[in-house]
Amino acid sequence: MLRHSVAAAALIGTALFSGVAFAQSGKVTVVTSFSKDVTDPFKQAFEKAHPGVTLDVQNRNTNAGVKFVEETKANNQVDVFWASAPDAFEVLKGKGLLQKYAPKAEGIPDKIGSYPINDPENFYSGFAASGYGIMWNDRYAKANKLPEPKDWQDLAKPVYFDHVAMAAPSRSGTTHLTIETILQGEGWDKGWRTLKEVSGNFRQITERSFGVPEAVNSGQVGLGIVIDFFAFSSQASGFPVKFVYPTITTIVPANVGVIANAPNKAGAEAFVDYLVSPAGQEVLLEPSIRRLPVNPAVYAKAPADYPNPFKDPSLGARVKFDVDVSEKRTNAVDVLYDQTVTFQLEALKAATKAIHDAEAAVAKKDNADAKALIKEARDLVAAMPVTEQEASSPEIAGAFTGGKEKGARQAELEQKWAAFAKERYQQAQAKAEQALKLAR
Amino acid sequence: MADATIAGRTRAPSAPSGYFKRLSASPGQIALAFGIALFLLLFLVVPVGTVIYVAFTEKGTGEFTLVNFLDFARTDLFIRSFWNSVYVSAMSVVVASVLALPLAYITTRFEFRGAMLIQTLGFLPLIMPPFVGAVAMLLLFGRNGTVNLLLDDWLGLKIPFMEGLNGVIFVQAVHYFPFILINLSAALRNIDRAMEEAAQNLGSSGFRLFRRIVFPLAMPGYIAGASLVFVKVFDDLATPLLLNVKDMLAPQAYLRVTSIGIADPMGYVISVVLICMSILAMWVSARAMRGKDYATVQRGGGGLAKRRMRPWESAIAYGVVLLILFLVLAPHIGLLLLSFATVWSFSPLPDAFTLAHYGRVFGESFVYVKNTMIYASIAGLIDVVLGTAIAYLVLRTKLIGREWLDWAATAALAIPGVVLGIGYLRTFYGVQLPDGTPLAALWIMIVLALAIRRLPYALRACYAALQQISVSLEEAAENLGATKLRTIRRIVLPLMGGGILAGFVTSFATAAVELSATLMLVQSNADAPLAYGLYVFMQSAAGRGPGAALGVIAVLLVALCTFASHVIIEKSQKAKAAGR
Repeated sequence: MLRHSVAAAALIGTALFSGVAFAQSGKVTVVTSFSKDVTDPFKQAFEKAHPGVTLDVQNRNTNAGVKFVEETKANNQVDVFWASAPDAFEVLKGKGLLQKYAPKAEGIPDKIGSYPINDPENFYSGFAASGYGIMWNDRYAKANKLPEPKDWQDLAKPVYFDHVAMAAPSRSGTTHLTIETILQGEGWDKGWRTLKEVSGNFRQITERSFGVPEAVNSGQVGLGIVIDFFAFSSQASGFPVKFVYPTITTIVPANVGVIANAPNKAGAEAFVDYLVSPAGQEVLLEPSIRRLPVNPAVYAKAPADYPNPFKDPSLGARVKFDVDVSEKRTNAVDVLYDQTVTFQLEALKAATKAIHDAEAAVAKKDNADAKALIKEARDLVAAMPVTEQEASSPEIAGAFTGGKEKGARQAELEQKWAAFAKERYQQAQAKAEQALKLAR
Repeated sequence: MADATIAGRTRAPSAPSGYFKRLSASPGQIALAFGIALFLLLFLVVPVGTVIYVAFTEKGTGEFTLVNFLDFARTDLFIRSFWNSVYVSAMSVVVASVLALPLAYITTRFEFRGAMLIQTLGFLPLIMPPFVGAVAMLLLFGRNGTVNLLLDDWLGLKIPFMEGLNGVIFVQAVHYFPFILINLSAALRNIDRAMEEAAQNLGSSGFRLFRRIVFPLAMPGYIAGASLVFVKVFDDLATPLLLNVKDMLAPQAYLRVTSIGIADPMGYVISVVLICMSILAMWVSARAMRGKDYATVQRGGGGLAKRRMRPWESAIAYGVVLLILFLVLAPHIGLLLLSFATVWSFSPLPDAFTLAHYGRVFGESFVYVKNTMIYASIAGLIDVVLGTAIAYLVLRTKLIGREWLDWAATAALAIPGVVLGIGYLRTFYGVQLPDGTPLAALWIMIVLALAIRRLPYALRACYAALQQISVSLEEAAENLGATKLRTIRRIVLPLMGGGILAGFVTSFATAAVELSATLMLVQSNADAPLAYGLYVFMQSAAGRGPGAALGVIAVLLVALCTFASHVIIEKSQKAKAAGR
């Protein structure tokens, strides 16, 4: 009953005041996950370029931002959604919370690296890009005598055991893209094998993207898999950290989109236009922001050592990336990673450590049986509960969307996958320990 | 045991008091109960209900089902998380008690210089600003924090303070022990001195006196604090997540509720389990107190007799107090260092010091400080008013279902802030004000959310305070012709004073640094509190220093208010003692 009266009040309210609510004002409201270091320079530059317009920046993490826009759609007060994670924009688009707008900018190519810059239907546009790489704390590396890593595969080496951190792909849209790139580049089975070998060395799997650079900066972990600008802005703040792009890296765009029913639609479009205009693109070059412009011409104004994905083929261009494949299995990949790695990290690490020890022993004293056992152990670790086809099947995808159709519930799948992984990690550990005994 | 020692004096009126008015409820009390019920319904039950009803719906059809709870019981991860949460909460209570008991006892029982300062400092850990507090703690106690780097240098070993479940217990105990300290201290101050004197006359002294008389009499305060610690630790998600412990219930709920694009009921199922467990814990603690009467008649004597310590006692006492304070204030020392540090990375101390961070936040912190003060004090006021009223209704009337007010308010502890925030948006955003702005966009909604979230703290403090007051005092006043209202105003409230203030301070201080619901509800920078400003800074490497500076400002602000209220307590008690 109470809900009804509230709803009724809402209806009356909307009927009475809808005219006023959508009136134009000089305020553009932006919901963003970007930090002050990024938003402040843009706010200044945009307000200078558009006198009389104020940019009202509301900082929320991406999840909170999406939920906020979703919950307030009945009486929307937000003009622009501005964030990194493309998956957040996909969700907004899927729920009809964005409106189409193709920015009036020239000279912006279709793709950066192998990733399309703009949404093909123009619901959101890329305004900057960033590459994934490895960041490490120099003092930490020296104290623990860690060699400098060069490539993803390096992170699977025993020397880095318990020294690496990454954000969970289910929590960080950009990490998700990196995982997806590895899966597409190496193939489903080999890709997961690599991922699990690297993950076996993890110290932490954080639930915030920024948790990784934070941990590396303060020296709590040695190495982190991060987006480049985290490393660059940390360096700019004086932290003793270094960064490297692996030979194969993903380039992921950061996006902006106009919210459906934006109270200040014209202002919102002006802001999107500004972001992709040459003036807006140059703001990206500031040391505290340091993201890669999507307009190739702007790189002419960048410092000499600035990475340029339009010239440097190792930055994303070598990677294949199929957006359709990725979209179909987004949730499945996230949940698979969480259930087989994030929540089973202890068992995975125990198995990994046992394998490392056994291999070290075999390297000293060769033993064919031990080698066979180690191979079995590695295969057990790499095994996945579902095949590539199954992962993108409608049955599994349907379990995560809470859709209308009946089918497997997410909790059922999760329990099945987790049990599968845990059992195999324990077997792998046992086999590796057996191998160690043989090789002694 | 407690009965035996206390009942002789305080239970006396129990037989003839059967006909006294506490059995019935006046129309005024019924109206009050309805008012509170309506408030809780509107600002807690309905908003939360709109979010967590999903836990009871079937996938696909949306029909009512309990299958999701079956899934919960069948999933290893959830069961493991459940037991981990129970273990961590119970152990945190134990460790927090070890920290709190000496501080509370020494400062209330002895003539101790700086007792007020210690009470204030001992309270600070509760005010751990989000994010920065965690960073500071890691920089000191983490695997490569100050302590471990030095230990590694000198002795070649590291102590895993912050690893796994034990790490969570350590941090939670340090963070939440003030709940026990503040409630226990308030209770100790309220103890009838005559009880102690009687025991002494009968030959009891020292530890025996404490164990058999003083501590049992202070039991309501201790239970109030301990149950809060248990429930708070059980429902807290920030600390486990900061330590990357994910297999506990509250973090599991949070991770699921905040995943983008996945419509999974399990997050809400876990929320329901959290709420049930919190209510269960409160019920058990109320049960444990049942059949025991902790009220004493004689009041206002300034509590326990304060003894002067012999020099060697004094030395030990100072040693213990300083050691505990150093341990529990370490995060704040770290925070202070961080706010002055240029770069602090993999080293025992920062590389160099600077004032620049304070310069950067100086200009903008004013609006944050102002908002925080306004929000937190209104929320605190709402909380003590509701807390006192609910405690009175539960303890002094026989209204049917009165415990439900208590339990509903307590359930707020278990509701993740983000769930409450979403619920508020869902319930109130559709309601528009005459100028077209949504109701949920008003800052008053942030205040209400804060008040609801911190109500359990104030409630427990008020509840414990009222439990220590003998009904016979009210009965005496009413027999002398005072009306119920007048009795409450002139007798009950003044006697509850210390507890009410304790409740206000706890609610106020913790509301001042709350973030999760705030982050959902803040609509513009001009309305934002300190915690939000801090959040905005703590998303980038360059923002760590300024974030820490804002954190220090928040802590100082709350500490000043806390200190002021301790001064007020002391003064009022001295005044009472003098007037006796």
